Amino acid sequence: MAATAPLSLLVLLLLGPGVWGQTEPPRDSLREELVITPLPSGDVAATFQFRTRWDSELQREEGLSVLLKADRLFHTSYHSQAVHIRPVCRDARCASISWELRQTLSVVFDAFVTGQGKQDWSLFRMFSRTLTEPCPLASESRVYVDVTNYSQDNETLEVYPPPLTTYQDVVLGTRKTYAVYDLLDTAVINNSRSLNLQLKWKRPPGNEAPPTPFLYAQRYVSGYGLHNGELSTLLYNTHPYRAFPVLLLDTVPWYLRLYVHTLTITSKGKENKPSYIHYQPAQDRMQPHLLEMLIQLPASSVTKVSIQFERALLKWTEYTPDPNHGFYVSPSVLSALVPSEVAAQPVDWEESPLFNTLFPASDSSSYFVRLYTEPLLVSLPTPDFSMPYNVICLTCTVVAVCYGSFYNLLTRTFQIEEPSKGGLARRLANLIRRARGVPPL
Amino acid sequence: MGLLSDPVRRRALARLVLRLNAPLCVLSYVAGIAWFLALAFPPLTQRTYMSENAMGSTMVEEQFAGGERARSFARDFAAHRRKSGALPVAWLEWTMRSVGLEVYTQSFSRKLPFPDETHERYMVSGINVYGILRAPRAASTESLVLTVPCGPESPNSQAVGLMLALAAHFRGQIYWAKDIIFLVTEHDLLGSEAWLEAYHDVNVTGMQSSPLQGRAGAIQAAVALELSSDVVTSLDVAVEGLNGQLPNLDLLNLFQTFCQKGGLLCTLQGKPQDWTSADGPLQGVQTLLLMALQQASGHPHGAHGLFLRYRVEALTLRGVNSFRQYKYDLVAVGKALEGMFRKLNHLLERLHQSFFFYLLPALSRFVSIGLYMPAAGFLLLVLGLKISSASRCPFVASLSHALELWVQLHEAGVGPEEAGGTPGSSPPLPATQRVGLASLVAPLLISQAVGLALYVLPVLGQHVAAQHFPVAEAEAVVLTLLAVYAAGLALPHSTHWVLSTQAPDRSWMALKLVALIYLALQLACITLTNFSLGFLLAATMVPGAALTKPSGPRYVLVSPHHKACRDVPPTSGASAPRHRLPLTRHSSSPTRAPLDLASPRRPLRAALLVLTSPAAALLGGLFLWQRLQEAPLSLAEGWRLFLAVLAQGVLAHHTYGALLFPLLALGLFPCWLLFWNVLFWKR
Repeated sequence: MAATAPLSLLVLLLLGPGVWGQTEPPRDSLREELVITPLPSGDVAATFQFRTRWDSELQREEGLSVLLKADRLFHTSYHSQAVHIRPVCRDARCASISWELRQTLSVVFDAFVTGQGKQDWSLFRMFSRTLTEPCPLASESRVYVDVTNYSQDNETLEVYPPPLTTYQDVVLGTRKTYAVYDLLDTAVINNSRSLNLQLKWKRPPGNEAPPTPFLYAQRYVSGYGLHNGELSTLLYNTHPYRAFPVLLLDTVPWYLRLYVHTLTITSKGKENKPSYIHYQPAQDRMQPHLLEMLIQLPASSVTKVSIQFERALLKWTEYTPDPNHGFYVSPSVLSALVPSEVAAQPVDWEESPLFNTLFPASDSSSYFVRLYTEPLLVSLPTPDFSMPYNVICLTCTVVAVCYGSFYNLLTRTFQIEEPSKGGLARRLANLIRRARGVPPL
Repeated sequence: MGLLSDPVRRRALARLVLRLNAPLCVLSYVAGIAWFLALAFPPLTQRTYMSENAMGSTMVEEQFAGGERARSFARDFAAHRRKSGALPVAWLEWTMRSVGLEVYTQSFSRKLPFPDETHERYMVSGINVYGILRAPRAASTESLVLTVPCGPESPNSQAVGLMLALAAHFRGQIYWAKDIIFLVTEHDLLGSEAWLEAYHDVNVTGMQSSPLQGRAGAIQAAVALELSSDVVTSLDVAVEGLNGQLPNLDLLNLFQTFCQKGGLLCTLQGKPQDWTSADGPLQGVQTLLLMALQQASGHPHGAHGLFLRYRVEALTLRGVNSFRQYKYDLVAVGKALEGMFRKLNHLLERLHQSFFFYLLPALSRFVSIGLYMPAAGFLLLVLGLKISSASRCPFVASLSHALELWVQLHEAGVGPEEAGGTPGSSPPLPATQRVGLASLVAPLLISQAVGLALYVLPVLGQHVAAQHFPVAEAEAVVLTLLAVYAAGLALPHSTHWVLSTQAPDRSWMALKLVALIYLALQLACITLTNFSLGFLLAATMVPGAALTKPSGPRYVLVSPHHKACRDVPPTSGASAPRHRLPLTRHSSSPTRAPLDLASPRRPLRAALLVLTSPAAALLGGLFLWQRLQEAPLSLAEGWRLFLAVLAQGVLAHHTYGALLFPLLALGLFPCWLLFWNVLFWKR
């Protein structure tokens, strides 16, 4: 519970107590599950979900939470946490509501480091713990292991201990098979007082990894130098025969001045005209560029979206404390309805496993995907902050000295003046002469 | 600046400059050369120091112990390479994948403008293999590169082995904050260029290559590794990149830190860095000269040199296995690399704190830009003195010194509104001056045209030449180059043919003035970007340029004022300016005076000028380089090497975008031809 407890505390602080009911939590209010799936990259993803009616603060020490050890979770390639809260009816008549709290923790284990070079894994290798007993409060406590067979011949992988039941479902348009371990089922743990799930590949997994997804994207900055550059986004549609549209949303900071006329979209070497473009230009220091496009991706193609930009000069107080690090450009957001391979059946969410709610299918023929590309690091022209004073002094002096004297020379008329002879005496004499009305000397 | 605006004192200054012109020029030239040589000695050199906070104070502990693994990788690589005869791409892919990297390949092809005889290649195609170690919990926004260039003559197996062993070691660590790209390029520099262009999605040199599938954000630093033996006696570090660009000095400091920590023997330019010994500074002069020559050549001194264009700080480490007794194994080298990468991994910002412009007399000593610039400044001052003395003569003052002209016009009582126009077309000037300007156009145009021919013809005309003469294409290029160069020497005759009717008597001074200004501007610009090139060119070209004057036919024009201009202080007393304009008019009706001394000097001057031409400077640089490398050349060898270097220079321009060839062909050679023209000016 090391990872999840602070989160629930945080939400408590945000919402304040007193909204939810006072009754003792019934035993059936907590459902917990762990889903372990392989990834196309060869790594292993583990997703924990805990769903409860948030009626009182729960202190869980057993069940799946024993696996949550910080020192292992933070040695992973990636982790993300999420909290969902929603009101649910307390009974059929919906006379009163409870708050449902759902905590999600997704972790991607680096299969290479965890498995010492092989892609086999076990609970103990990943978490340095095994499951010993179910959570006493949980009404449902299950582990799902994705054992979908992607190659033609069967029996490429082996799970130990052998699952008592399997579960089939359509997730993201493909049919998946899961081995199910119900911790509440006494037969699962009883044998050895601990459950250490293991997965072994029978052969080195070359083509047995899950296929690449139908839609993925890459983004990078091209060009060099500090004047111009180009933002390029590559959109991959790997579907063999279906084209589908994606909505590409880009927000680019104002200090990259986009040249919108250079926006080019090419698929398979041909120009691809987007069916809809919404562009809102940036205002300096006020709002970023907003560019939204609906692009049709042809089947099995790579679409390149590129737009050139010029780097603006910031005011010297606007630079971040480490200006030579560069400035981040936020990821593009891709939203798409990707065609399914297998039609999904409408499911009853209360009955199906919890992870189903993470992948909602809008209709049976397609599923919704939102992808974020990688963020970019763009370096802007940066002054040398260590010596602005010296530079300002030096340039000002040089400019003043050179410009001043040259301007003086260019505008001055030179003439030779006869030196005046005589001093005080002459002036006195002139005074007297003026008084007498005689022309001066 | 009362000095400039006060006419009396200005005149005094001008008189001083004119009277002491020759001694001042000599003094300035000697001072420039002496300053440069003094750069290797302590008051001008400083100890290097780490400026970057993120790399300076933190300690790292190197744990690399994969020496045996590196050797076995190297053996396998060499065996597979021998078997396939090219880069064993499949083996590399498999091995990189087995140590846990994300592996991609890139194929490229390039048709060189003409066959490269030194490396024996013409149609080049190859495959680069690279593996990315993704930093955990990071978004792939920054990366470091460890690259091993593999070429036909540099198998680099041990470097590949060490790189793979390091990759395997790095893969198990969790502290990486930046992705690390392990890159093996084929055809050494060509492969690196292809990969860099594809990574940045630009096409600078007309390389055809497949787009990259995997990227890892902005590259922060790169290290190129060249090792060809299981044990090394020393590690040589190369910093000079394309067009003389240098990496940030902090990267070199980092390398030096780990050299000292690991007790490795590290060298610069192949010279051991024993600063404390008695002849340390003398060695420093050698190292400094070698670095200056290497930097001036503009040719990358290793695969790292191409990274610098993309603002990636990079250097090359070269393992040297000589006859020294104490040897280091791959673990020592690997530990140094591990330490460097761990510290680079700590970087918060790009390397920017330390110097980008420096010279290195030793690994632990550097000369900053503020201290070496005076050397070039003194040399350029010679040109400045010559320009000022030439432009003091009112004949040609109109060309350069608008200020001077302005003053004269005012002194002559001409209204400012009339003199506002451009100096060349001001109505009050005597007719001869306009003719003088017109006579400059032909030599300028012709010399530029010869420069353009020198730039374009060799590559364009290679096929024609190869068809009509029994030479190969590469030879044809070099021979055309030399032929055009030699043909340029006939320029004086062609200009006289054009100008036979209207060549005015003394416009050679105007031509020389233009040439001097042109040369000074070019050298100043070059010095700012590539000090070594600028300095070496200035050191060779300035004496010839300063001494050039026509010493052609028997008769020379001597006008009273010209004499006044050259030999004695031009004016004396405050009333002199008023006489200036009449004098100018007077000189337009010159008298012919016999000058017998001029004729015998001409061959001497011509020889001096030829010796200071860009090609001769190149040849001299080659001999100096070989002598400093302690491998002196005979004349015939030197000539062969010179021809090879010419071909390489043209190739480097076309394949990597090196700028030395166009700079010499389009800028300095035409400028030098102007001086040549001045020397043979017919009067």
